[in-house]
Amino acid sequence: MKNICFCFQMHAPYRLKRYRFFEIGHDHYYYDDMATEEHVNWLVNTSYLPLCQTIKDMINLSKGKFHCAISVSGTMIEMFEQFNPEMIDILKELAATKAVEFLATPYSYSLASEYNASEMKLQFKKQGELLENVLGVKAQTVFNTELLYTDETAYQLNKLGYKAIMTEGAKHVISWKTPNKLYQSAGAPKMKVLLRNTNLSDELSFHFSDPNWPNFPMDAEKYANQLKNLPEGEDIINIWVGAETFGVRQNAGTGIFDFLKALPYYALEREMGFMTPAEVAKKLAAEDVLSSPYPLTWSGEAKDLSVYAGNDLQQEAIHKLFAVAERVHLCQDKALKTNWLRLQDVNYLHYMNHIDQGETQYESAYDAFINYMNVLSDFLQTVEEQYPTTIENEELNELLKTIRNQEEEIQLLKAKLKKSKVESKK
Amino acid sequence: MKALMFGWEFPPHILGGLGTASYGLTRGMAQQPDMEITFVIPKPWGDEDQSFLRIIGANSVPIVWKENSYDYVKQRMEGKMSPEEYFHFRNGIHYDYRRIGTDDLGCVGFSGRYPDNLIEEIGNYEAVASVLAHSLEFDIIHSHDWLTYPAGVFAKQISGKPLVIHVHATDFDRSRGNVNPTVYAIEKRGMDAADHIICVSNLTRRTVIEKYGIDPRKVSTVHNAVEPLAHPEEFTKPERKDKLVTFLGRITMQKGPEYFVEAAARVLSKTDGVRFVMAGSGDKMAEMIDLVAKRGIADKFHFPGFMRGKQVQEMLAMSDVYIMPSVSEPFGISPLEAMQVGCPSIISHQSGCAEILQHAIKTDYWDIDAMADAIYAIVKYPAMYKSLHELGMAEVNNIKWSDAGLKVRRIYDGVINHTL
Repeated sequence: MKNICFCFQMHAPYRLKRYRFFEIGHDHYYYDDMATEEHVNWLVNTSYLPLCQTIKDMINLSKGKFHCAISVSGTMIEMFEQFNPEMIDILKELAATKAVEFLATPYSYSLASEYNASEMKLQFKKQGELLENVLGVKAQTVFNTELLYTDETAYQLNKLGYKAIMTEGAKHVISWKTPNKLYQSAGAPKMKVLLRNTNLSDELSFHFSDPNWPNFPMDAEKYANQLKNLPEGEDIINIWVGAETFGVRQNAGTGIFDFLKALPYYALEREMGFMTPAEVAKKLAAEDVLSSPYPLTWSGEAKDLSVYAGNDLQQEAIHKLFAVAERVHLCQDKALKTNWLRLQDVNYLHYMNHIDQGETQYESAYDAFINYMNVLSDFLQTVEEQYPTTIENEELNELLKTIRNQEEEIQLLKAKLKKSKVESKK
Repeated sequence: MKALMFGWEFPPHILGGLGTASYGLTRGMAQQPDMEITFVIPKPWGDEDQSFLRIIGANSVPIVWKENSYDYVKQRMEGKMSPEEYFHFRNGIHYDYRRIGTDDLGCVGFSGRYPDNLIEEIGNYEAVASVLAHSLEFDIIHSHDWLTYPAGVFAKQISGKPLVIHVHATDFDRSRGNVNPTVYAIEKRGMDAADHIICVSNLTRRTVIEKYGIDPRKVSTVHNAVEPLAHPEEFTKPERKDKLVTFLGRITMQKGPEYFVEAAARVLSKTDGVRFVMAGSGDKMAEMIDLVAKRGIADKFHFPGFMRGKQVQEMLAMSDVYIMPSVSEPFGISPLEAMQVGCPSIISHQSGCAEILQHAIKTDYWDIDAMADAIYAIVKYPAMYKSLHELGMAEVNNIKWSDAGLKVRRIYDGVINHTL
């Protein structure tokens, strides 16, 4: 039996305000709150809210047979709480149906998994806690930033307790194999890997309303037939798209919402089911091993990190930022920690791409870089004020180690104490 | 295809960008095998590169019939023109120009510069054009800049051949809007009479359409390009303690020098280790020195004076940033020259070259904050310098005159075949 696994991804960055170099050291607030609010409002009203509404209808109409997953970053939930609480309400409703799985995503949509392992852990932990507190769900499957995957990341995340990870079914990695099967990671045998079906996903994101596309006009019946006609044995079809596909990339006038709404009917009619990634990982067996020692993402032609870390500007920004990770982890300053999270947003790096700047508000990659680096310079200064560079990183490491070891020692001793107390009671 | 071009400057003796552009374009067009170019300038110096076109000096074309012996002409025209050619041109005299003061050969002298009696020289040049139009064979007439429009128009009236005019600048650029009515009249008459108008940027094209009331259908844009350096490796960047930010050009209202000074003051208020250079001369120089003193940055701001030839490239190669805050620049070839030697450029949105450059920083000319920010970023963030340096160089090496030449050729074909 064929199963369709839908995933919708939601995230928006905080908009940085125009920050000139002469403000470095004077102004420590980096955000254009009006622009952020305006953007999020627009995103919610044209896309996210109608999409969630549609998902709710689909679950009801299919009598709970429609299942899907949503990846929502911590940053995004923060913004919903601040600007659009109605989004929180509907996400709660969706969570209550048990038909929607909420995925583990880095809190601020950061590339930490590639540049700082301990930061990655913190990001997943923080987002997981937020999901539990706000929506009352426990994230089980990993949707890393832009579907970023390496064997090492899979290994690290498996150690954290995650059993499945999602990534791109990129041709250069799977070659002749199909993405429509469950894999296991070469980095961690217990880690299941789900692969996005690039063509079928992009068909919705980019080609749905393109009159030059051979399948135009696309309707739910045609799409369901396409899925049904996939070769025997390809049992899991992963259709994962940015949530803004619905309403923004393809505006409501193209009929994309109605298309989506009608899909469960035609899929069920053709005896196909719907599953969340966690259900896939639980119910199906891995049939092959996937190995990618190099970063794999769903972005660009190359499906690697080149969109975000391919040029000199991006490299400098990334290295300057993650160089202070350890120092920031030592800090307790709340404002500093907030800035640290926000500045890791992958979108800021996307804006620095010379060829494709994504949804940039900057005139050029250089313009984006200048603004970001000015902000970062001020941020690094605030970090510096807390932990001067006169203390060498190594020295700092030693101190850190001592502190951590002490903590572990205390834990150990506490456990011992408990044990002996229990024993003495006996 | 035979083109008769009227120009005012040709390298190596040039006063502005017009000469450079004329040379580059003709050289690029000469790569087309069937292209024959005759280029008329007021006063050749004899050391122009004639390997790919024929240059005629307006000052050796007779416009008044004088009886002279073959031997006398040969002796007087030594190195400039053959006696046969002289007599051929003399046969082309159809009008009475005795009102114009000529020498014993019937030729009129030109300064070849931009003298006070410029309007008179333009008229004399027109007279020369009439003689040439009567005696030369050509398929199309191409006039470069307003000084040569009257010549082009007259040649068109005589020969009936189509006229293409090339707008390298308009008076709106030079005067920040305070247009000289005489100049405007000459420009307008040229544009009206032209069969097609080539502008060096979309910015200029808009000016031509909006300010001169020309039908958009007969106005095209062909962006300038830049001649590749013969020996790019000879320009190196010496190690130095301070970063160098350079302005290079005429210090006039059009080039926006005061915005550079203000931006410099902002950068220096925040950071050390940066020096600013304003190379060139012009009517605003004294005012700028004054302003620099007023802002209290004279110890970091230098005026080395006018530079020419190789000095320019050496200065650019030495610099960490080249800045061109022009208020209105039809094209502006100097940022491309800076990028050729690897110097990152900051240009104003009001410059035509901004339309074709990706790896240069663009700001509005009045936005001194953005300008200062860009300068700061280039001198402080290594990746910024590296990207602009490497990608800028690669970009500019891809902007070729031969491509511009092909576009001009398509316009010629279109005009001749009435398909434009």
